[in-house]
Amino acid sequence: MNEVTDESTSPDASSGTATATGTGAPGASGASVAPEPSHGDGSTPGRRTILEVDELQMYFPVKSSGIIRRTIAHVQAVDGVSFEVETGSALGLVGESGCGKSTTGRLITRLLTPTAGAIRFEGRDIAKLSPRELKPLRRDIQMIFQDPYTSLNPRHTVGSIVAAPLEIHNVVPKKKILSRVQELLEIVGLNPEHYNRYPNEFSGGQRQRIGIARALTLNPKLLVADEPVSALDVSIQAQVINLLQDLQKEFDISFLFIAHDLAVVRHFCPEVAVMYLGKIVEVADRVTLYNRPYHPYTQALLSAVPDVKQAAIGGRRDRVRLEGDVPSPINPPSGCRFRTRCPIAQDICAKVIPPLLQIGPRHKVACHFAGEAGKHPAQPVFSRALGVDENGSPEPGVTPVPGLVEHPGFADTWFDIESQKMGS
Amino acid sequence: MTQQPTERPADRSTGQPAGRGAPSGDIVLEVHDLRVHFPTNDGVVKAVDGLDFTLARGKTLGIVGESGSGKSVSSSAIMGLHNPQRTKISGSVVLNGVDLLTLSEDQMRKRRGRDVAMIFQDPLSSMHPYYTVGNQIVEAYRVHNDVSKRQARARAIEMLARVGIPQPDRRVDDYPHQFSGGMRQRAMIAMGLINDPGLLIADEPTTALDVTVQAQILDLLQDLQREFDSAVIIITHDLGVVAEMADDVLVMYAGRGVEYGPCKEILTHPEMPYTWGLLSSVPDVQGDTAVKLVPIPGNPPSLLSPPSGCKFHPRCQHRDKVPGDLCRTEEPLLVAGQRGPGHTKRCHIANPEDIYAKEVLPEVEGVAEAMHDLVEESK
Repeated sequence: MNEVTDESTSPDASSGTATATGTGAPGASGASVAPEPSHGDGSTPGRRTILEVDELQMYFPVKSSGIIRRTIAHVQAVDGVSFEVETGSALGLVGESGCGKSTTGRLITRLLTPTAGAIRFEGRDIAKLSPRELKPLRRDIQMIFQDPYTSLNPRHTVGSIVAAPLEIHNVVPKKKILSRVQELLEIVGLNPEHYNRYPNEFSGGQRQRIGIARALTLNPKLLVADEPVSALDVSIQAQVINLLQDLQKEFDISFLFIAHDLAVVRHFCPEVAVMYLGKIVEVADRVTLYNRPYHPYTQALLSAVPDVKQAAIGGRRDRVRLEGDVPSPINPPSGCRFRTRCPIAQDICAKVIPPLLQIGPRHKVACHFAGEAGKHPAQPVFSRALGVDENGSPEPGVTPVPGLVEHPGFADTWFDIESQKMGS
Repeated sequence: MTQQPTERPADRSTGQPAGRGAPSGDIVLEVHDLRVHFPTNDGVVKAVDGLDFTLARGKTLGIVGESGSGKSVSSSAIMGLHNPQRTKISGSVVLNGVDLLTLSEDQMRKRRGRDVAMIFQDPLSSMHPYYTVGNQIVEAYRVHNDVSKRQARARAIEMLARVGIPQPDRRVDDYPHQFSGGMRQRAMIAMGLINDPGLLIADEPTTALDVTVQAQILDLLQDLQREFDSAVIIITHDLGVVAEMADDVLVMYAGRGVEYGPCKEILTHPEMPYTWGLLSSVPDVQGDTAVKLVPIPGNPPSLLSPPSGCKFHPRCQHRDKVPGDLCRTEEPLLVAGQRGPGHTKRCHIANPEDIYAKEVLPEVEGVAEAMHDLVEESK
């Protein structure tokens, strides 16, 4: 992985080093990833992490009016988010609007600089890099935007939009740019002869393909897709999702897939994280998360999704009704942020922030009363392990269970709710 | 105009949601051969071309289709919102026995909001930012009811409370931007229902909202529909929403109804390849994730020069099952399918049930099983 840390981007880097980013034939990027397992727990063989986000935090200042614009508060958009994305896999990030999922995506692509926390891309912390240091990295992390209408410059032709990254990074000789652009247009299923057209000549689905072609131009290793299909019609959505899946397989791209559509995320991502008000409340593989969610918010979110098949047979699933709206991230509730809308909240929820703890092989949840829907335990599950009593007050006699710490990835041992001990 | 407007019950201004006295099941709205054409410099855009449906009191019709299929244009035509100078509308829209298309602008204005109301997709842009929410609801009420401002305000607060706005007596003086998205949509519903209209058109009412808020709004709409016994048209591209809300479904494509019938029928035994495509192209929260989605190839046609024959034939994967070149040469009529007269479709295929059961469903499920086995093996 030397080429990542290598700052010097010589114009003909493509021919020299092993990166081959840009010019290489489709599929070359997969081969260039170093074979040794990258940073992380490293305990699970066969799994490599490309991205590790650790306690990421983004506070936007709120300024007062007047001449001296003092900072009077902070919008806590992202507050201590940790997760991992495996190489070649996809992590889904779901949540309601305002929960911080798009901000997380923009932090990872470093369109924003986080106020705290680490973003380790292939083992290297990129959270505080300067724009100059970031430039070579931009090749490896690219973004697909939600709105295909505003994310393409209407005054540039498709050819110049897709070619821009090639010119900026100087990876292809000028003469070859056009053929590379046409190759990319063909990969995403557009007519390569259309490189001279303007975005307004294309439909929404086709524009999204242009956006994808632009993101693929430099053979990225990680794609942050921020609501890539939510602006599209259903029949076109399926085309774009299939395209993204094909590209993922062909070029071995890892995805951070941000969306609010739970069905789409389940379809695309083997692992899914649920966010609420700047924090991850539950993360698990999709089978566990969608079939046996332990967090009341995940349960409510899933039960709110209208389901064609269910309704076709008659009736609908029982809904966990959530009352009211998401609280303001400027002054979030103390303790658990979901407690103001939670159907099972108790005293401890206002006092102790529930940690995101691993409770299964690939399942983490942040809830004092984590349990399957309708079977939530009466006693807080983590209280003894955290060294507090069931009301959240510190209990002197109880020592916290060792090894019970938050970390971005999944460990081999986890906290077993039944036995209240670490197990595996 | 030959028909006289029906007499309205006298108790309307008392604020009692008393319904119209007519029992559930009466036909409220009958749309027949509705055509909405927009002449442009490039030719005539046939946005809606021959649309038929009926809607009974207390029932919900779901209209589904992609953007540009004419869903919103036809609902605007029912509301009389098109500029008559730039639009050619023909056919008939009979609401409570009166053909709305024959009414003058003044007569239509008297009915709009009282007999038929509409809820729009984006409540922020459909509310006036300079007026308080309360003022806008009061205005909607006073246009049709001769009451004092004080009475109207009390009624507005009552309606806001009914749609679940907390502290309605205080929030009534808020401006739209002070409301959250879900609350704005609730306020829109309050405004739409304040005159107890017999027909409520909801144009993508939850598309801009989060799922949990969407669930709240859909529940609210259903509760209110039961209480007010009004007919509802819900326009959406989300089959899940239709499945939960609608009694009848009308699938639209390129300005035409292509399949129409009871909701359960359409979702379990669809007979039109476009409906098959819609159903197999959306993932659901319980299906097999190893299956690839089956998208509808291509793009919706241009309404300036729609394809000949069946408007769906260029994207249809089953057109080879129709003898000859019928799909290309002749447009099918909206006729009863294999499952009785209640379920109509616009398609030449003679045995859609067989094809759906043997080819379309296995394509979705067969791949699923095969992939599942592979995954199991690899473990």
